[in-house]
Amino acid sequence: MEDEPGTRAVACVPGFVRPGCSSPRPPGACAIEPRESTTGGPPDEVAVQLRGIAKRFPGVIANHDVDIAVRRGTVHAIVGENGAGKSTLMKILYGVQRPDDGTITVGGTERTFHSPSDAIATGIGMVFQHFQLADNLTVLENVVLGAERKHGIGDRARERIAEISDSYSLDIEPDRLVAELGVGARQRVEILKVLYRGAEIIILDEPTAVLVPQEVDELFDNLRELKTEGLAVIFISHKLDEVLAVADEITVMRRGTTVATVTPAGVTARQLAELMVGSELPSPATEESTVTDRVMLSVRDLTLAGGGRRPLLSDISFDIHAGEVLGIAGVEGNGQAELVETIMGMRRPTTGMIRLGDDEITEWSTRRRREAGIGFIPEDRQRHALLLDAPLWENRILGHQTREPNVNGPFIDRRAARKDTQRIIEEYDVRTPGIDVLAAALSGGNQQKLIVGREMSGDPVLLVAAHPTRGVDVGAQAAIWDIIRAARRGGLAVLLISADLDELIGLSDTIQVILRGRLVGVCDPATVTPQDLGSSMTGAGAAA
Amino acid sequence: MQFDPRRVALTLAAPVLALVAAVAIASLVLAAAGDPVIEVWRTILQPPKPRNVVNIINSASVLYLSGLAVAIGFRMNLFNIGVDGQYRLAAFVAAVVAAQGWLPGVLNIVLTIVVAMLVGAMWAGVAAILKVTRGVSEVISTIMLNAIATALVAYLLRKASVQVAGSNNIGTAPIPEDSRMPGIALIPGAPNEVYGFVVVAIAAGIAYSVLLSRTTFGFNLRATGRSESAAVASGIDVKRMVVIAMLISGGVAGLVGMPLLLGSAYSYGLTFQSGLGFAGIAVALLGRNNPVGIAIGALLFSYLNEQSNPLQILVGVSDDIVKIVQGIVVLTVVIAYEVVRRYGVAQEQRKVARELANQRRRDSEEVSAA
Repeated sequence: MEDEPGTRAVACVPGFVRPGCSSPRPPGACAIEPRESTTGGPPDEVAVQLRGIAKRFPGVIANHDVDIAVRRGTVHAIVGENGAGKSTLMKILYGVQRPDDGTITVGGTERTFHSPSDAIATGIGMVFQHFQLADNLTVLENVVLGAERKHGIGDRARERIAEISDSYSLDIEPDRLVAELGVGARQRVEILKVLYRGAEIIILDEPTAVLVPQEVDELFDNLRELKTEGLAVIFISHKLDEVLAVADEITVMRRGTTVATVTPAGVTARQLAELMVGSELPSPATEESTVTDRVMLSVRDLTLAGGGRRPLLSDISFDIHAGEVLGIAGVEGNGQAELVETIMGMRRPTTGMIRLGDDEITEWSTRRRREAGIGFIPEDRQRHALLLDAPLWENRILGHQTREPNVNGPFIDRRAARKDTQRIIEEYDVRTPGIDVLAAALSGGNQQKLIVGREMSGDPVLLVAAHPTRGVDVGAQAAIWDIIRAARRGGLAVLLISADLDELIGLSDTIQVILRGRLVGVCDPATVTPQDLGSSMTGAGAAA
Repeated sequence: MQFDPRRVALTLAAPVLALVAAVAIASLVLAAAGDPVIEVWRTILQPPKPRNVVNIINSASVLYLSGLAVAIGFRMNLFNIGVDGQYRLAAFVAAVVAAQGWLPGVLNIVLTIVVAMLVGAMWAGVAAILKVTRGVSEVISTIMLNAIATALVAYLLRKASVQVAGSNNIGTAPIPEDSRMPGIALIPGAPNEVYGFVVVAIAAGIAYSVLLSRTTFGFNLRATGRSESAAVASGIDVKRMVVIAMLISGGVAGLVGMPLLLGSAYSYGLTFQSGLGFAGIAVALLGRNNPVGIAIGALLFSYLNEQSNPLQILVGVSDDIVKIVQGIVVLTVVIAYEVVRRYGVAQEQRKVARELANQRRRDSEEVSAA
């Protein structure tokens, strides 16, 4: 930090050499070979070009005829609904998968990537939606991990990190423990990691999904910093307002192919949405209140001790009435998962009480709670709600092993279970050729519709829904919202956990904000804005 | 469920692939050692005589029970490596009890079997309790328990044994004549008889099949094996399932020594066959934990064992080559199943995608027609 950080760092960011920077880099300082095409190029030069990319891939929409040109010094957004093929395309660009057809040209040279390390060596870096950081290591250790040869693991690396942090205003301290960092800072560490490895093309996969609005603004400032330094940023998203705010160019994907490339000045959010889905986006708005005065779920003074100093949950109290949707807003990792697991009986609270209707269920097993009419849509459907290697009709039984119509005494009633699976598939519009296919063969949205259909079977009185529309396509999302709304009209009590603030505001009758394991405020979804919610979620607001 | 020829072909592909690979590798080993490859296979593949057929069925029944015991654990991702110790301890205790002749005839046989199952279950239960209370891996604990069982049986055998006349073998007192299980003259022209216990082995296979695929308990067990996290979320008490599955596995392991004890040895001695538990692991893997598959695996292994006996005399090759074949089969079969499984899932995903695409096309055609 002391040795004139500004001039040197800005002038010689690895992987990108600004015009006029002729000072030779120290040998081995970065993995990228200096290339004629990238040194001294004009800012609008094409950094990466994809032509005619096609990928045939089982079970999901394949890429075909994808054409994208990303210029350096720009933020290029790729938008499309879930399942439009954005992730596949980025995996191809990052060398995780190989295209069946088409070419990738980086800095004027055609490239074939056999693995991500090939892509990294070419100057492509990727920041994943789910961070790849080790909590128990420091920033420095995380950054050098796997890149020890660049600047060692000691003071040289520390200096380099400080330089990068400084020149891009990332505000990262190399010796902080990652566990102590917030989500926004972790994301900046991820960005720093790819810069440290010499990336000049940075892919950000849904970077705002984990951020609250204020953090999103900070991220966008960082991105602008990156592009003024001449880097190319590829920004994957399906949030149109964000895309319009930050991108210089926007490529829209639909059903596996690129349908248009536009500039934000020449397009409205509505037009973008129409490009994305071919029709208007559904909205999660609720109708008039159906809340009754019958308390269905009552939680009192729930505390769950954790391994650390701070309990995972402290003094949680709330009621959900029949016909009411209670939304829980919070930055991920603030106790939502633990709250859900405690209510489902998968964890035992340290103190406190849970009542379902007239019964105290604090000591009940998960099985007994489910039998009493709690439906459960877990956060991670593949790990917690499905047997991927089992056929759909066996998945229909899961979680309902003791109930009609699946069982007959100690025996499984195959015929009835299969018949009821058929019913779910028809009623909930699960797109599948039959009930004997494996759950793994369905797309995410259809898996989720099967789960929702299953959990709605047997007349539940309470539905615990954690991120019910995460990673499903727009059609399935609208269907699931309709199902929840219809059930609410029928008197179902719903506990809704979601990271999608629009979904929370649109579906909930009441919103509680959770922060560090405590409920810190109540919001009225009729009046609250996503910005307000964001403030209280980070503890910045005065919603309590 | 409808009959899907492709699914059946896929199911058979793996074991066939594994066998072919195993034979090929074993042939390479033979050739490298300068042994007559063709002669060895000709000897092994010659049609067995009636006497050999009886031997094959008898030893297959033992392997089958051992395979079932292992498979119950496998179905919920529990690796009961301890079948070996469980069956030896169970057979020893059962032999001691049976020799007392407390009950007459058939009742004594029933008592012997019940005691064997209880002892096997108890020995497996130690591993189960260690796992659910202290988180000890059942792989480690059952291996340790095998060693302890070996020592324990050796120690107790000295106390309970009687000298067998005319040999330096020691063993438990022979069980009374009226509580030995009569054999069945199943194969015409064979001087020996098939163990009566074969009937019990078949019944155990049927019970296993019904339990796993028709009952709620079996569903819970399979669900736990496929995804423990999903099992927990669905309300299955996984710890309880671990204990029960281990107890059942151990109980069936207790049966492994019974065909020998009640059908041929009539006492537990130093020469009582060991190593059956490990063979059971191989057989369960080969049979893909499927009751019919395990039976085929058991028959195949005992066929190889039986047919390898004359190798030393006829071709001058050690019959250990068959052990090599069996070992390779276990390795190749694991690989082949995984390859075939992935292929199957990919095929299915492709099929679903294709059918849905067709559906969509039809829908849009209808729309445009209207």
